[in-house]
Amino acid sequence: MIPASFDYVRPATAAEAVQALAQAGEDAKVLAGGQSLLPILRLRLAYPSTLVDLGRIDELTGVSDDGDAIVIGAMTTHDAVLHDPLVAEHAPLLAQATRTVADRQVRHLGTFGGSLAHADPAGDLPAVALALDAELRVLGESGQRSVPAREFFLDYLTTALGPAEILTSIRIPKLGAGWFCHYEKFNRVAQAWSIVGVAAVVRRSDGRIDEARIGLTNMGSTPLRARAVEQALAGAEVSVAAVTEACARAAEATTPPSDLSARADYREHLAAVLSRRAVLAAAGI
Amino acid sequence: MTRVSITVDGVQYIDEVEPRLLLVQYLRERLGKVGTVIGCDTSNCGACTVALNGRSVKSCSVLAVQADGGDVLTVEGLAGPDGSLHPIQQAFHDKHALQCGFCTPGMIMATWDLLRENGNPSEDEVREGIEGNLCRCTGYQNIVAAVQAAGQAMSGQEASA
Amino acid sequence: MTAVEDRAEDRAEIGRARRRKEDRHLLTGATTWTDNLTLPGMLHLAILRSPMAHARIRSIDVAPARHRPGVVAAFSGRDFADSQGTIPCAWPVTPDMVNPGHPSLAVEQVNHVGEAVAVVAARDKASAQDALEAIEVEYEPLPVVLDMPTALAEGSDKVHPHTESNRSFVWTFESGAAGTGEPISDALASAEVTVRRRFIQQRLIPSFMEPRSTVVQPTGDGFTMWSATQIPHILRTMLALTLDVPEHKVRVVAPDVGGGFGGKLQVTPEEVITALVARRLGKPAKYTETRSESLLSAHHGRDQIQDITVTARRDGTVTGLDVHLLADMGAYLRLVSPGVPILGAFMFNAIYKFPAYRFVCEGVFTNKTPTDAYRGAGRPEATFAVERIMDELAHELGTDPLELRRKNWIRHEEFPFTTVAGLTYDSGNYEAATERALELIGWDELKREQAERRERHDPVQLGLGISTFTEMCGLAPSRVLGSLDYAAGGWENAGIRVLATGKVEVVTGASAHGQGHETAWSQIVADQLGVPFEDVEVIHGDTQSSPKGLDTYGSRSLTVGGIAVVKAAEKVVAKARRIAAHLLEASEDDLDFAGGKFTVRGVPGGGKTIQEVAFAAFTAHDLPDGIEPSLDADATFDPENFSFPHGTHLCAIEVDTETGFAKIRKYICVDDIGQVINPLIVEGQVHGGLAQGIAQALYEEAVYDSDGNLTTGTFVDYLVPSASDLPSFVTDRTTSPSTTNPLGVKGVGEAGTIASTPAVVNAVVDALRPFGVDDVQMPCTPERIWRAIAQGAEKSDRAAEGTVAYGGASTSTADGSDGDQL
Repeated sequence: MIPASFDYVRPATAAEAVQALAQAGEDAKVLAGGQSLLPILRLRLAYPSTLVDLGRIDELTGVSDDGDAIVIGAMTTHDAVLHDPLVAEHAPLLAQATRTVADRQVRHLGTFGGSLAHADPAGDLPAVALALDAELRVLGESGQRSVPAREFFLDYLTTALGPAEILTSIRIPKLGAGWFCHYEKFNRVAQAWSIVGVAAVVRRSDGRIDEARIGLTNMGSTPLRARAVEQALAGAEVSVAAVTEACARAAEATTPPSDLSARADYREHLAAVLSRRAVLAAAGI
Repeated sequence: MTRVSITVDGVQYIDEVEPRLLLVQYLRERLGKVGTVIGCDTSNCGACTVALNGRSVKSCSVLAVQADGGDVLTVEGLAGPDGSLHPIQQAFHDKHALQCGFCTPGMIMATWDLLRENGNPSEDEVREGIEGNLCRCTGYQNIVAAVQAAGQAMSGQEASA
Repeated sequence: MTAVEDRAEDRAEIGRARRRKEDRHLLTGATTWTDNLTLPGMLHLAILRSPMAHARIRSIDVAPARHRPGVVAAFSGRDFADSQGTIPCAWPVTPDMVNPGHPSLAVEQVNHVGEAVAVVAARDKASAQDALEAIEVEYEPLPVVLDMPTALAEGSDKVHPHTESNRSFVWTFESGAAGTGEPISDALASAEVTVRRRFIQQRLIPSFMEPRSTVVQPTGDGFTMWSATQIPHILRTMLALTLDVPEHKVRVVAPDVGGGFGGKLQVTPEEVITALVARRLGKPAKYTETRSESLLSAHHGRDQIQDITVTARRDGTVTGLDVHLLADMGAYLRLVSPGVPILGAFMFNAIYKFPAYRFVCEGVFTNKTPTDAYRGAGRPEATFAVERIMDELAHELGTDPLELRRKNWIRHEEFPFTTVAGLTYDSGNYEAATERALELIGWDELKREQAERRERHDPVQLGLGISTFTEMCGLAPSRVLGSLDYAAGGWENAGIRVLATGKVEVVTGASAHGQGHETAWSQIVADQLGVPFEDVEVIHGDTQSSPKGLDTYGSRSLTVGGIAVVKAAEKVVAKARRIAAHLLEASEDDLDFAGGKFTVRGVPGGGKTIQEVAFAAFTAHDLPDGIEPSLDADATFDPENFSFPHGTHLCAIEVDTETGFAKIRKYICVDDIGQVINPLIVEGQVHGGLAQGIAQALYEEAVYDSDGNLTTGTFVDYLVPSASDLPSFVTDRTTSPSTTNPLGVKGVGEAGTIASTPAVVNAVVDALRPFGVDDVQMPCTPERIWRAIAQGAEKSDRAAEGTVAYGGASTSTADGSDGDQL
C-alpha cells in the first residue's frame, strides 16, 4: 500500500529541523531511519501532514568520546552502532542488543535515536538505554536540554519530546572495570519483536554483586527497570541460587501486556527466567 | 513534487516525484525496473531488497526522496555486460536455490550485502544474515548452500585476480 | 557393462540433477509477474474492504470517490448485482449441500472482514487508494459467528439469514456400509482399549510470496486476463460461466506466478471484479493486492476440529478408527472449499490396517475468510490426526510408538493393498523407509540422551517424534472425482511438436509456478524422443497456446501431466516410425529406435534420426500414403489410480522447559516417491514442504478476535519462518516404483508438508511426557508449551478438555483474556 500524501522537508541542520517542525505544526512527524514509520504510513495507520527528514544532518550522526561517557548521535544507524569501536569498548550491551534488532536491511537504515524516540515498549533499545543510565539530549525552540532515560519514556509510543523537539544525541556513561553486561531477548521467530527482553548490567567484585541495573523490554507500556531485582542483587553473592532468588522478583511493579504474542502471566514468568539468565551471563556464571 | 537524482544500476535518473513515493515504486513504476518486487507492506519479507549506497535496504521502506543523490544497485544490475551471471546468481542456479523465484531478487541482493561483509559465512551466519528475507518455496536449505558457494566462488575470484 | 551401454546410460535424462531451465530470467529480474505488466490506457483498481465481520450494508455511496483526483470510476456491489454472478463452487460434496452464493462485491450484506464492498478505478494506483477513503458505507452490525460448535448449536445466530443453519453439509463414510470393512459400531462396542482425542487444525494462510495480481484487457465481446493463478484453464471455464461470456471469447494467461500452495487454486472475487470493471469501462484494468489484503482475503486453509477415536486390542492391534470433523468453511464456499476435508476422508486410516473406519465431516459457516486448498488439502489434517493418535494409543498401551506402527502397518509384501477406505495402494515399503530413517538420525543414541536428560531433570528436554505417512496424490482419476461429485475431471493434456529443424515444442496443460515443469518435461521428452535436453521448449500457462489442461495442484503434474507427455511422445515416435520405415524402405517391425535414431535391425550404419524424420514430415515430399505432414501428436491422460507416496519422518526437538521454547535439533526424512525425474527438484520440493509443515507445528496461525477481525493481518504477526528459524534437513529416499503409470513416478509436491507436522508435534509431546503432558495445541508456541507443562503436572486425567480450546473464537481474543487458551 501507498502512504497518504504529505509534505516533505529535509533540513541541513538540527536547528533547521526544529524550526521546520515548529512551522509544520502538530501533525508533522520526524523521519529518522523510517523503519518503523514507513510501514505505519503504508498501512495508513498515521496521516502526518509533513515529514521532517533528519537523514542529511551530519551533526546527528557518529559516536564520540566525551570523557566518562560516549555520545552517540541520534541518527547513527544500528549498523554503525554495531561496528563502532567506542560502543564495543564502553557500551558492549548496546552492541549486543542492537545485533538482535530486526535484520541487516533494517539495521542499515534504522537509527538508535529513532528507536528511542519511537518508544515502542517491545523495542530492544529503550530498555538498554535505561539499564545504561543514558542521558538523552533534546533540542527544541528554546534550546538544548537533557533528559535522563528514566524520565524519557512516558507511555506507549510516548516520550518526553515536545512537538517541536528532536532527539539529537544519547550520552552513555562508560562502563568501567568490574562492570559486565548481557542482553537476553526472547521471541518466537527471528524477525519478531521481543516478547520479553532483559538488559542486565552488573558490577561485581570478590564474589559479590555490588550493583546491578536491569532493564526490561515489553513488561509494561514503557521500558522498565526491575528495581526489586536490582535491590535484591545489591550485595548478593555471585551464585546461581542467589541470583535466581533475586530475579524471581523481576515482574514486581510491572504491568505487562496481554496480546497476540503472550499473556501477562507468561511474560511475568519469562521476566524472572530471562533476568536470571541475563544476570548469570553478565556475571560470567 | 520533489526533484530527485538517483543512480540505478549505473544509470543516473532525474525525476520529479511525490514525497510519498516509495523507492520500490520509483524503481518499478517510474523506471520500469520491475525486477525488484513488492512482497509485503511491513518490511518483513525482504523481496524488495536492493543496495542503496552499498548497503542492503528494503526499498519498500525507503522513500524515493530519501534516496536522492544515492546509488542504487538492483538485481538487474548484477549480471555482466555480456549477460554472464554474477557469481551469486550462478550459485543460486547451481544449488537450485529458487523455485517460484519471487523472493529471489531480494535474496540475491541480501546475499550480496552479507558477502560484502563476510565472504565466508558459516551456515548459522548465513541463516542469520538472510533472516530479513522470507522464502515460501525452498525451506532455505538450498539458499544457504548457494550463499556459501557464492562466497567461496567470489573469494576465489578475488584471490586469482 | 559394455561401452555402448555406458553411453546409453550417460544419455539418460531421467534421474539427472539438471539445473533448471526456468532460472535465468528469475535470477536476473527479467520476470513477467502479472504486476509487472502495463498496458496502454490501463487503469489501476483499489478495493474497499469490509471492516465488519457481519453486517448489513444499510447504504453505500461511491460518488464522492468519483470526484477525487485521477479517478475514472467507482462502483459498489449494487452496480454489478445483475452481472457479477457468484463465485463458483465446483465441489458440491453432497446433493443437499447448502451453498449460500458468493458475490464478488458484497451487495446487501458482508460476512467477513476483508470482503470487497466497492472498487475504484483510477489512472494511477495511489489515486485509487486515496479515493477509497471518500466512499461512505453505513453498516448495520449483525451478531458475529466465529466458533464452529457455537455456530452449530441450536438457535445459533446465522451467517446467512436465508439458510436454515450454519451447517453446509454432512459427509459420511462408514466401512461397514461401504463394504470396505467391518462396521465401526462393532469395533467401538468390543474395544479392549479406546483412546479419544480432540485435535485442532488451526487456520493457516498459504502465504505465497507473490501477492495476487490480475490484469484484464477487454477484447470486443470477450477479454484476456493475466492473473497470478495456478489454474488458467479452470479459471477460463469458470469465468465464462460466472460472467456469462462465451468460453471461446475468454483467454487466460498465467505468466510468471510466484508460488501458490493451493492459495492460487481459486476463482477469486478480485479476478471477477477486475474483469467486471475492465469490461464496464472498456479499458484494461489492473488490480494488485497488498500483503495485508492478501492475508485477509485470499482463502485460508486447514481449520478443523477433529474428534478422533481409536480402538485396539490390548496387544496393540488396532480394531477401529472413528473420525468426526468440523470443517470451517468460513463465510462462503469457494472453488473446492467443501472438498478439501473430504480429500482427507480416504487418508485417516493411513498406512494402518484398521478393520473398521468411519468418517463424518460437517462443513460449517462462520464469519471468517473462506477456507480452501492449502498444500496437502485435507491430507495433512488426516495424517496429523492419525499419527498423533497412534502416539497416544502407544502411550495408553505403554508400548513404543514405533513398535505400535510396525505392528499395524501394511507390510511390503501385502501390496497392492485395498484399504478400509476403499483405495488400493499400489506399492510401498514402510519397513525400508523407516529403517533407513532410524539409521540416519541415530535413533538409539538420541533415545539414550533423552533418558539421561529425563533422569537428571535437565531444563532442556529432548523429544523424539515419528511420522510414518502416506498420502494420495496425482489428482485424479476422473471417474473417482465424478463419484465424489467434483464438477470436473482429473485428466491432463500434452502436445508435442517436432519442428522442421528438429527442435521440439512441448505444450502442457499443467501450469507451473515454481515446480520446474519446463526442466522435468524436457528431461522426459529428451529420453522419449532421443533429442538433446536443450532442444526442448515447454509451453504452458496460456489458454491460447496450451488450450487444454486442468492445471497444477494436488501433486498431479508429473503423475498425470508428465504421463500425458509420455503418451504424446509415444504417439510421435509411432508416427515417426512409419515415416522412417518408408524412408528406409523397411518394415516398421524391423526398426529399432534408440538414442533418437531409427535403424534397421541387422543393418549396420545408416538409419534416420528423428530430426531427419521431422524434416521429411515437414517437407512432406515423400510420405507414406495416409500420413499427414508434420511430426506432432497430442495425448490426454486420465490416471487409473492416485499415486501413494509414503515415507518416514523423524524429528528430534529440544524443549526449554523454563521458557517453553522448542527448537528442532535434527530432522530426517526418507521419502518413497517412486522413480525420480530430477533429484534436485525433488529435494527442493521436499525442503519447502517440510518448512511449511514445520511452520504449522510451531509458528503459523491465523487468529481472529472476538469481533471477527484477523489479528494476524500482516507478516509482523503471521509468523512465516525465516532461515534462522528452521534447521537443515537430512533427506533420503527409498524407491518403490508406482505400478500404475509408465514412469513409475509418484507425486512429491505435498509430501513434506503432510508428513512433517505430526513428526514435530509428536516430538514436542514426547519431550513433555514426564510432565504429564499428552497434547499441545498447534502452533506449539513457547507459551502453550509452558502452560502445558504447568497444567500437565496437575492433571491426572488427560482428557481433551482444556488442552484443546478451539482455535477459532476462543483462542483468538487478542487481549488474551480467554483463560482456556493453550
